Amino acid sequence: MRRSFLYGVIALAMMMFTGCGYNTIQQNDEAVKAAWGDVEATYQRRNDLVPNLVETVKAYAKHESETLQAVTEARAKVGSVQVSKDMIGNPQAMAQFQQAQASMGGALSRLLLVAERYPDLKANQNFRDLQNQLEGTENRINVARTRYNKAVQTFNTSIRVFPNNLTNMFLLKLPQKEPFKAEAGAEKAPKVKF
Amino acid sequence: MKGSHAGNVRSTGRARGAILKRVAISLAFCLGVFWAAACAYALDVPALKGRVNDYAGMISPGVRAQLEKELQDFERSDSTQMVVLTIDSLEGESLEEFSIKVAETWKIGQKGKDNGAILLVAKKDRKTRIEVGRGLEGKLTDLTAGRIVQLVINPQFKRGDFDGGFSSGVRAMMDATRGEFKADAARSRPGKKGGLGSALPFLIFGAIFLLVLGRISRVLGGGAGLVGFSAMGFLLGFSLVTVVLLGVLGLVLGIFLPFLFGGAFRGGGGSGPGGYWTGGGFSSGGGFDDGGGFSGGGGDFGGGGASGDW
Repeated sequence: MRRSFLYGVIALAMMMFTGCGYNTIQQNDEAVKAAWGDVEATYQRRNDLVPNLVETVKAYAKHESETLQAVTEARAKVGSVQVSKDMIGNPQAMAQFQQAQASMGGALSRLLLVAERYPDLKANQNFRDLQNQLEGTENRINVARTRYNKAVQTFNTSIRVFPNNLTNMFLLKLPQKEPFKAEAGAEKAPKVKF
Repeated sequence: MKGSHAGNVRSTGRARGAILKRVAISLAFCLGVFWAAACAYALDVPALKGRVNDYAGMISPGVRAQLEKELQDFERSDSTQMVVLTIDSLEGESLEEFSIKVAETWKIGQKGKDNGAILLVAKKDRKTRIEVGRGLEGKLTDLTAGRIVQLVINPQFKRGDFDGGFSSGVRAMMDATRGEFKADAARSRPGKKGGLGSALPFLIFGAIFLLVLGRISRVLGGGAGLVGFSAMGFLLGFSLVTVVLLGVLGLVLGIFLPFLFGGAFRGGGGSGPGGYWTGGGFSSGGGFDDGGGFSGGGGDFGGGGASGDW
């Protein structure tokens, strides 16, 4: 009788752990972190392309120094924003990060627009290759952001529904995660015509 | 005496009928949900028919068969999966968004290797895209993919030579990725989710649960074992056979575990209508395997690749 009571208690405890959403919340939390890692990596990838792009454009379009300057500055600003895994629960840090990346995207698309005026530059194979890579990277950023937002939505839902909300309130105390917000055109992939 | 016996049988029969009806209704409901979900997908991403999915009718039959064979051989030697999809029109959707949606639905490439690639052509929009799986991004970089699109495929498309564009494009994609992956010596069918490792905690938990239930009643334990184990197998994505086997295992465990753990065994087997609940009906859902033919192996895409207009 005592033994069966013990089994009952163990079974109940395990059922409560799975039933209260503890595991679900943890899994979703990890999924968001993984998705965020991708977002960071893709933005970093874009950042790494910038110096090469600036050099190439500079060789052909010297008097566009203003546009080039803007790109370089935007890159420096992006570099100055502290990026960490903790910031996905922090609205201010996220807003700052998004803003820096948005101005980077804006500066880049202006640069590509300027490049349209230089036929020699456009014909340059190196520049074309860079454009290819930049396009690909912008697309990756889009994909990574969409997936991150989906993961965030799943996580935020999972800590709000009953009984998971109680588990989170008393046990885990995880904050809501911040999704990317759509920005007014700034985050559109630069249109490149060949 | 006789009359009361007959009445008893009739009422049991009626009760069973009611249960059957309820099961039928819930089954119909489940089917409806699945159907609706399938429809929502079908509108967006076309079905994966084979390695060459020529929905726009751009490729001649001879070249199509040739490409199918080459791609099949390539998968056999390198395990890398590549497919071709042509659609008539994007209907206003952006090429990149549609492309990643196709990639996410079809899951081309082997699970874990992520070595898939899709050559997508929208006929009326005159757009070409190569979507590259994560595992191939090292060899088939955005740059390489871009060059294949702009220098190999699109010039031939411009001249109206679709057959030539597809053959040389696919060949260029294969050449770029050849040798990156090798087919496993003993190839088990990949793409099954989970595995015994992920099932273990459930098994232990299930066993304890069954032990408790089995102490209360043998039928309760057996029934819970049957339903619980087969449901677990189904949720973990096991095949139909495994699900049925798990169900049987659960049934046996539910009945005999209490014996194993000694102690007095209370409560004889119940004899109500519940005792007839033996049909493995719950496991029939395992038949959702896409029967035979070609299917994606579970490869992951991260938006790599390149596009171009012609």
